[in-house]
This record gives sequence, structure tokens and C-alpha cells, in this order.
Amino acid sequence: MLGRLSLSAIPFDVPILVGTFAGVAIIGVAVLGLITYFGKWGYLWKEWFTSVDHKRLAVMYIILALVALFRGFADAIMMRTQLALAYAGNPGYLPPHHYDQIFSAHGTIMIFFLAMAFMTGLFNFVVPLQIGARDVAFPFLNNLSFWMTAIAFILVNVSLFIGEFSQCGWLAYPPLSESQFSPGVGVDYYIWAIQLSGVGTLLTGVNFFVTIVKMRAPGMTWMKMPVFTWTAFCSSILIMVSFPVLTVAVALLGLDRYFGMHFFTNDGGGNQMMYLNLIWAWGHPEVYILVIPAFGVFSEVVPAFSQKPLFGYGTMVYATCAIMVLSFLVWVHHFFTMGAGPDVNAFFGIATMVISIPTGVKLFNWMFTMYKGRIQYHACMYWVIGFMVTFTIGGMTGVMMAIPGADFVLHNSLFLIAHFHNVIIGGVYFGYIAGMNFWFPKVMGFKMNESWGIRAFWFWFIGFYFAFVPLYVVGFQGMTRRLNHYDNPAWHPWLLVAEVGAVLILLGIVCQLTQLYVTIRDRNLPENQDVTGDPWNGRSLEWSTSSPPPPYNFAIVPHVHELDAFMHDKENGIDTRHAGGPYEAIHMPKNTAAGILVGGFSLVFGFAAVWYIWWLAAIGLIGVIGTVIARSANKDIDYYIPADEVARIENEHSRKLMAQAAE
Amino acid sequence: MAHDTTVHAGHDEHHHESPVVFGFWVYLMTDCIIFGSLFATFAVLRNQFNGGPSGHQLFEISGLGIETALLLISSITYGFGMIAAHKNEISKVIGWLALTFLLGLGFVGLEVNEFAHMIHEGAGPDRSAFLSAFFTLVGTHGLHVTCGLIWIVTLIVQLMGTTTIPERMMNKLTCLSLFWHFLDIVWICVFTYVYLASMI
Amino acid sequence: MSDIHTSSSGESHGSVTSYVIGFVLAVILTVLAFAVVATHSLSPSGTILALSVLALVQVLVHLHYFLHMGGGSEQRWNNMCFVFTVGFVAIFIIGTLFVMNNTAIHMMSR
Repeated sequence: MLGRLSLSAIPFDVPILVGTFAGVAIIGVAVLGLITYFGKWGYLWKEWFTSVDHKRLAVMYIILALVALFRGFADAIMMRTQLALAYAGNPGYLPPHHYDQIFSAHGTIMIFFLAMAFMTGLFNFVVPLQIGARDVAFPFLNNLSFWMTAIAFILVNVSLFIGEFSQCGWLAYPPLSESQFSPGVGVDYYIWAIQLSGVGTLLTGVNFFVTIVKMRAPGMTWMKMPVFTWTAFCSSILIMVSFPVLTVAVALLGLDRYFGMHFFTNDGGGNQMMYLNLIWAWGHPEVYILVIPAFGVFSEVVPAFSQKPLFGYGTMVYATCAIMVLSFLVWVHHFFTMGAGPDVNAFFGIATMVISIPTGVKLFNWMFTMYKGRIQYHACMYWVIGFMVTFTIGGMTGVMMAIPGADFVLHNSLFLIAHFHNVIIGGVYFGYIAGMNFWFPKVMGFKMNESWGIRAFWFWFIGFYFAFVPLYVVGFQGMTRRLNHYDNPAWHPWLLVAEVGAVLILLGIVCQLTQLYVTIRDRNLPENQDVTGDPWNGRSLEWSTSSPPPPYNFAIVPHVHELDAFMHDKENGIDTRHAGGPYEAIHMPKNTAAGILVGGFSLVFGFAAVWYIWWLAAIGLIGVIGTVIARSANKDIDYYIPADEVARIENEHSRKLMAQAAE
Repeated sequence: MAHDTTVHAGHDEHHHESPVVFGFWVYLMTDCIIFGSLFATFAVLRNQFNGGPSGHQLFEISGLGIETALLLISSITYGFGMIAAHKNEISKVIGWLALTFLLGLGFVGLEVNEFAHMIHEGAGPDRSAFLSAFFTLVGTHGLHVTCGLIWIVTLIVQLMGTTTIPERMMNKLTCLSLFWHFLDIVWICVFTYVYLASMI
Repeated sequence: MSDIHTSSSGESHGSVTSYVIGFVLAVILTVLAFAVVATHSLSPSGTILALSVLALVQVLVHLHYFLHMGGGSEQRWNNMCFVFTVGFVAIFIIGTLFVMNNTAIHMMSR
């Protein structure tokens, strides 16, 4: 009746998990209780959970990303603490069974649920506003994408308390992840979390690709499109090309586990190397999916805070496209040691090194933008400058490992770990946080507290070097990744330094939380209010709307004449908003519960499939199909905002603008 | 690309050009990559028989011919359905869709029968890597056809009792047409590289 | 993209004649492919080559007559997506065979 599920699946015997569960349960009950007490369930359901508004979905994505950050970072600091302790006979406090789940969950969560969710949140908020559109091409699918990502994250967290998570690393290499060696439910949780969130990500990619191709404001030709939108475009293409390959790789692993097939098994003619080949054909484009939008953020922040147009817009666009295409041609550099010959390794090594050329072009463009600019050292700029330094180092260690000979020494050592944290923290994370500080006033209508933002930056920046430079060193000393304990005295001091770094990063996260708290507390102070909607003297169309923008974004869709459309309009005295109208009724998509229903049924399906509860899985699957069919038959999917209402909202904003100008 | 002028941006409130069909085409491209990956896997594992039967011993050209014929004919019947839809002849649309459904059902039935026969003879997907790759590639195509069948039934039900075909319905019919013809193209690659190439 | 009717309403949707032409061509090509294999009239490598050419032509026939792909400016993005996808799939399949064959030779796994 319950498949493999029984009471023994709940880890009562692991005190850390029981404590975590108690904590989560108390916080959860408190949050649910507060929502009930204030009677906000209806509000949440109507205005947020069922919303198809890209701005609301963006906020939910970023909240999801921040929750994932806490979970992922908790795993990280536990690992560093284990390695600081588990030396010379001391087993540490995490037994291998538990430790292996933690590093697997850390990687999975940080990539799929922190980075991807944060990126999608930024896409959602910025892209439609930058191209002068009223929403994305498929608002319902946008809501569905969010819920698929969210329920996949829930599924990963369910594995904490019911059963176990994968112990096979964040990519679950076979044959270790085959049922012969991992008979438990851990890998199955991993498989279903990846597959379900993959559906959401793929739909996001399709959605933004179509939005950017079909819905740009009149006059916005390709070479007048803001750079962040360009990067979102390239990133969406990479999603559409690479995520199907991930789906296939993980599905084949699942077929091996569920139906005894022989794709990657030791026996039966299976070939583990094919798994590496498939998963990295996704995995390499994936890191560019994440970092290209971060480059887009920098390309928006640097001009805004240097008060200059971006240097070399055209080269920036071509560099982005070049990186996108090249990223398909390098996947083998993740497994140079697999046994292919020098011709294969040389081809992929050289292709990898070539990527550093367009990336270098970008760095010089940002520096030349700052050159002779009037730079304001806003909190965003700290993250940008920190990125430039850190990412350059990370890029250079990457080029080192692109040399196949060097890679044979460094493969799967902590040098590799230091390298990719160097580019993912220094590139992706710093970029997204810069973007959050930059666009926050547009989302919420008030600015983020700057001093706490700068404090957070310094803790993250210094903490990063303390945490990862030691890993470069022990990597050179031969320490491999994923060790549970060790007895080499040369490594121990470095791992203690790395632990200090992890604590500094923890303080950075605490500062970020404080920043959010102080920001919300002081939101009504006049200096924090964003009345004009253009707090940074911005260049692109999103700054021409009010903060937060009205549900329809643009009452009258703007006409684009130049690159940096809004700056061009400001300099030439053109009113981008066409204040005063005449306004027309605006056609809008209606909110729908179909997305959250499909998500809920998918969660049921995923959980049941993990535990072999086939009747429940059937219910989940039928629920998904039924909801989709019902949705396709629903004719009540849109409404009009009447012209009077549009005029009222727009006139109110005009009044605010005039009052501000009069001061 | 610089001379492009995109006029379309929802600036015309009442006549949104629906991006649905283009979006579905883009989705189909991602599906194409799924099949591409499965073909790559099949190509790598095609000789890993593990002492079991090879394609040469298993496949029969006559059954393959009937399956191919059913799918080909269903393509043209769907095409005639689309022509009727553009002329707003709803009963004809339903008729052609129903015929397409029957042909598709016949295809899936034959495929299920073929699979059952192979499994019964001990040549199931767990026998060897070659058979795993074969069942997965051909089965994924069959699963797509099955989804297409569910979709056809849904559209037939939604069309019944209506007198006109609104734009949204036309979009759905067009998307399904792309899907159906796309599966036909995948099948060309399947019968060429999976079946015929093994029978040489 | 000066013409925005890329997708639904403005699309060419074929006529009975074009569907029948496409169908007849597809039938001929399919029968030829089956005949090449059934009659063993060519050498194995010749057969593979013939099958590949026939499959390629038939795919083009289907794209033209059933999926109505053409060179019109309204279809530019559809075509671009398709070419890009085929290009990626080709890179991936050729790259995979290159890497996996090379590995198999060096690791003596077959």
C-alpha cells in the first residue's frame, strides 16, 4: 500500500535532523499561524500564488532563491566544520552516510534552486519592462514554471525528514548511483527533483525566448535592445538547447534504476562514460546559463553608476553570442581524464581556452565604461568591482585546468572546487546580488539600505578569499574533493582557515538579512522612497515606469528611437510615458489556480514515484493531465482594465512626478 | 539583423497576434533535442548486445512497413483536417481528426504488440544495452504519439457542438498539426537508422 | 520580421494538391528505402549511404509539404530556430561519436 515507505524511513536516530525538523516545524507553524491570524490566506492565494503577473512571480522566485541559499549554505558550513574537525583519527561529527548527502544536496540546491531561481526571478522582473512589453508571452506557463521549481525544491527538502537524499554528488555519476550501489531512495529523490524542476526551467526558456523575439516595443531593433535582455535571450537559448539533454541523461539513469535497463550499468553492455558525455553536454552550457545574465546585470549597473553609456555595446552583444555558441563545444573538459586520446582532449582544451577571449572583451568593456566616468560607489558597485577582481582570478584558474595535462593533476581535487566557487560566487552570486540592489526600488518602491549592503559585501568578499584560497592550496597538495576525514597534517591549517572563511560568509549573509530588515523597517523615510521610478538616472525603459510598476507596466507602449531608450528620451525632452493619454482599455490575462494545481499534483507524483506508491503516482499523473485539459477548455482567461482606471493610475503617478519636480 | 523593425508589441490592444504557434514550434525544437540525445545514445550503444539478440534477428520488415504506412497516412488525413478547419467545416474536421486518431491508435497498438512480443521472447529492455536504447528511443516516440492521441480526443470533444472555430481553437489545431507532422519526421529517422540500418 | 503574421492567421496552410504531392513523394521515398534493404541490391556501406540520402530528402519533403516551411520572411524565426536546433543536434551527435569512439579505442572497451 505504501510501497517502500515505512516509519523506519524517518531518521529519528540522527539528532541533527531531529533538531532541524523541530526548528523547521516551529518556524513553519509560526509563519502559518501568523498568516492565519492576520487573515492573509485569501490575499496570498489571489494576489500571489495564482498570479500570472511577471512582477509578482519575480518576487516569489527570489524569495525561493533566498530560502534555498539558507539551506545550501547550512550544508556548506557543516561540510567546512566537518573538515576542520575530522583530522588525525577524529571522525568529526558527520558520519560518511550523512556527510555524502550534505555535499550532494549542497550542489543540487545551490545550482538548481538558488542560482536558477534567482536568475529566473531577475529575468521575470526586468525583461518585460526593458523591452516595453506588458507581460511575458505566456503568463500562465510562467506561473506553472514557478510552481514546478518550487515543488521540486520542496521534494528535495522532504528528503531531509523522510528517507534520505542522494549520496552520489550533485551529478549522481553511475555506476555509484545505480540501484546496485545506491539501493535507497536518495537518488530517486534527486532524479525526480531534477526532472520536475527541469520542466519549469525549460518552459521559462521557451517563454523568454518567445517574449524577446515577438514582444519588443515598436522601434526596438536587435541592436537597440538593452544588454541584460540580450543576455536573457542567450541564456534562454542555452536553456532550450541544454535542458532536454539533462532530461534525457537523468531519465536514462531513472530507467536503469526503475526498470533494470543497462544504459550506464557495469554489466549488460552499459557505458557509464555515456552518462558523463550526456550530463556535461548540459552541465557546461548550464554554467553559462547562470553567468551570462550576471554579465548582463554588470552591463546595466556599471553605466548607471558611472553616468556614462556602456563602452562597446556591439562588442558586448557579439561577445555574449560568441560565449553562447562556444559553450556547446567544450563539454569534454569536465572529463579529460576519462580516457579519450590526445586529439579529443586537445580539441576541447583549445575550445575552452578560446572562451576566455570574449569574456576578456567584456571585462575590458566594463573597465572602459568606468574609465573617466563619474563613479558613484553605491552598494551595487561594490559587488561589481568585487566581481571583476574575483572572476578574473577564477577565469584564469579555469584556463589552467583547460590544459589537459594540468587537468590530469588537478581533476577532482579541491583546486577544482575552489575554481568553480571562484566563478560561481564571484561571478554569478555577486552579479545577482548587485542586480537585486539595483532593481529593488523598482520592485518595491523603496531603496535598499546601503550601509548594510556594503557590510554584507565586505564580509562576502573577504570571506570568499579566506574560504577558497586555502582550497586552491590543498588542491595542489593533492587533497581530493568529497573527503570525509583525512590525516595529512599539511592540509589541516588550511582547512581551519577555510572554516574561518565560511564563518565570515555566514556574517555576510547575516548582514544581508539585516539589510532586508532595515530596508523594510525604514521604507517610509522620505530619502528611501522611490517616487519618480528613476532613482539611479537609468538608461533603459524599466526606469520610465512608476515604482512599483502598474499591473500593465506601460499604459501606452513606448516607441524606441535609440539604444538606451529612456536616456535618449530624457535628453531630448520626449515623454516616454505619453502622460495624459489618451488611454485605452488594456487586455490582461486572468490569474489562474492551474499552475499551483499542476505543481501540487506533480509533487504528489514525484513523492509517490520515489517511494514506489504506484496508486498515488497514478493519481498525481491523472491530476496533472486533467488540470491541463481543464485549463485548455477554460474560456474565462482574460479581462480588460478599463480606460478610466488606467487614466486614474497614470494621473496619480504624474501628480507625484510633478510634486517631486517642484521640490 | 539591424534593419529589423518589430512592429508588434501588443500596442494594438484588441488584436494580439498570438505567439502560441511560434512558442509551440520553439518547444518542438527542444523536443527535437531530446530525440537527438536519444539517437546519440542509441548510436553509442547499438552494438552492445551482451550476448543477446541483435536488431538483425529481432526486426521484421513487414510489421515496420505497416507501422510506417499508418503514420504516413495519418499525416495526410490530419492535413485534410486542417484544410477543412481553415474552411470552417467543423463536422469534416471532426471526421478527419477521428480518422487520424484511429490510424495513430493502430500504430501504437502495433508497437505495443511488437514490444510485448519481444519481451515475451526474452528480448526486453533489461536484456542488453542495445535493447535498453532501442526500447527507450522507440518507446519515447510511441509515448509522444500517445500524447498526440489524447490531444486529438480533447480537441474533438471541444469542437463538438460548436459552429465556428475561434482563433484560440485554430491555434490549438495548428500546434497539434505541427506536433503530429514532427513525430512523422522523427519516425523517418527511427525507421531508417534504428530498424533498416540494423537489417542490412 | 516586418511581417508579423508569423504564426497562425497568415501562415500558408497548404492545399489538397500540395498534401497529395507531398504524400506521394513520401510514399515513393519510403518504399525505395525499404526496397534497398529488402533486396540487398547495394553493399552495406552503400546501403547506409542510400538510406541516409533517402531519409534526408524525405525529411525535407515533410518539412515543405506537411509543415509548410518555406523561405518567406514571415517564417524567418521558425526557420532560424530549426536550423540552429539541427546544427546543435549535429554537433552533439557527431561530437558524442567522436568522443565515445575515441575513448573506446583508448580504453579497449570494445
